[in-house]
Amino acid sequence: MLRLTDIVSRFKYLPVVLVGAATLMGIEQGAQSQQADDALRALYQRPDAVPYPEDNPYSDAKAHLGKLLFFDPRLSGENNLSCASCHNPSFSWEDGQKTSVGVPMTRLGRHTPTVLNLAWGELFFWDGRAESLEEQALGPIASSVEMAQDLDQLVGKLQAIDGYSDLFEKAFPGTGITLENVGAAIATYERTIVSATAPFDRWIAGDESAISDAAKRGFALFNGKANCVACHEGWNFTDWGFHDIGLPDDQDLGRYEQLDIASLKHAFKTPGLRNIVERAPYMHDGSIRTLEAVVQHYNHGFVQRETVSESIFALGLTDDEVADLVAFLHTLSSDDPAVTYPKLPN
Amino acid sequence: MRSYRQIFFSLVFVCAAAITPLKAQDTVTISQKGKAFSESSVTIKSGAKVRFVNDDTVAHNVYARIGSDKEDLGLQKPGEQGEISFDKPGKYRVRCAIHPKMKLTVVVE
Repeated sequence: MLRLTDIVSRFKYLPVVLVGAATLMGIEQGAQSQQADDALRALYQRPDAVPYPEDNPYSDAKAHLGKLLFFDPRLSGENNLSCASCHNPSFSWEDGQKTSVGVPMTRLGRHTPTVLNLAWGELFFWDGRAESLEEQALGPIASSVEMAQDLDQLVGKLQAIDGYSDLFEKAFPGTGITLENVGAAIATYERTIVSATAPFDRWIAGDESAISDAAKRGFALFNGKANCVACHEGWNFTDWGFHDIGLPDDQDLGRYEQLDIASLKHAFKTPGLRNIVERAPYMHDGSIRTLEAVVQHYNHGFVQRETVSESIFALGLTDDEVADLVAFLHTLSSDDPAVTYPKLPN
Repeated sequence: MRSYRQIFFSLVFVCAAAITPLKAQDTVTISQKGKAFSESSVTIKSGAKVRFVNDDTVAHNVYARIGSDKEDLGLQKPGEQGEISFDKPGKYRVRCAIHPKMKLTVVVE
C-alpha cells in the first residue's frame, strides 16, 4: 500500500523541476520576445544617406541654387508667392492652412503636403501625378491656380535677374538657365530636407529612456491592434502608396483622376508621419484638426464605401489606447536645424 | 535487374525535370510579398503569361501598360492571383497601382 509520505517522498523534487522548466521556458520566451522586438525595431532604422538619382546627382552648387529658387517669389506669375509660401519650414514644410492658397488668392482643394523626406519618395503630389521630384518641382510653378507662372517666360525672367546666370552655370556647366535645370535644382534642394533624429529614433537605437511608457504602448498598438503600419511603414512611416481612408469628401477622386483603376477612387498618397505634430491640420483635405481626431477617424469615424482600403476597419480602441497612440506620434518630432531665408540675387 | 529499373526511372525523372522548365516559360509566376515583387525584371517569350500571386498580408492591384491599352488585374486580396499575357516583343513596366514602389520590368522576346 502506497502511503502518503511515500508519494510526497517520490515527488519531493517535482516543484524544483517545475520551477526550473518554467524558468527555462520563460528565458526561451524572453529571448523570442527580444528577437521579435529587435526585428520590429530594425524596420524603423533611419537610412544612412540621402539617395540622389543618377541623372541628377547632388552638388553643393545645385543645392544652393535650388534653395534660392525655392524661396524666390519671382518664380510666380505675380512675383508674390514662392514654393516656401506653402511649404513653410516653420510648419515643418506645410502652411498650417486647411487647404493651400494660390496666386489669385484662390483657396485650393487640397492641403499642402510636407516636402520632408521626399528624397525617398515615389510618385509625387497627393494624387501621384508627377513621376519625379524634378517634374513635381515645376508643377505648382506652372499651375494657373498656384504660382501661375507661364513657363515659357520663366527662363527670360531668371536671365534678367543679375546673379542667376552665374549660379546656374556653376550648378549646370554648359547648359545654364533652362526649365529642366530649374526643376533639377529645386529637386536637389528638396532632397536635402530631411527630418532630424527624434526621440523615437533614440529609442529605436536603444535608449529606453528616450520615450515614455505611454509612447511605447502606442508604438505596439501602431504595429498591432491599430494596424497603422499597414500603410505608415518604415522609418518615414509611409508606403508611398494610395489608399481610400474613408474621408467623407465624395467629390475629389484623388489618384483615380490620374489613373483610372477602380481601386484608386478616393485614394490619396500616404503621408509620412515625421514631425506630424507640427503639421496640423491633417488629411489631404485638411479636414481633421487634431491627432486625437485622426486616430478616432481610423477607430470608427470613416465612411463605408466600396473603395475603402482593406486595411481600414473598426479598431475598437479605448480612449487610453488612443492617448497612447498620440503619445507615440509625439515622439516623431525632431529638433530640426533652423532654416534661414537666403539672400536672393538682385 | 533492380539497378536497371532504378536507372530507367532516374532517366525518366531527369527528362521530366528537363522538360518542366520549358513548359514553365509559358507562364512565369511572380509573387507579391512584403509590398514587393519577387523579381525586379523577368524575360519571357512572346505569347507567354506572367502570373501574379498575392502572397502578402495586404491587397494589391497589378497593372501594366501595353501599347495604348492598360491591363488591370483589379484588386487582389491576399491569396488571390491573376495573369497578364504579353503577346508582342518589347519592354513593359508592371506596377502595383496601390503601392507604386512595387515595380517589375517584363522583357518580351
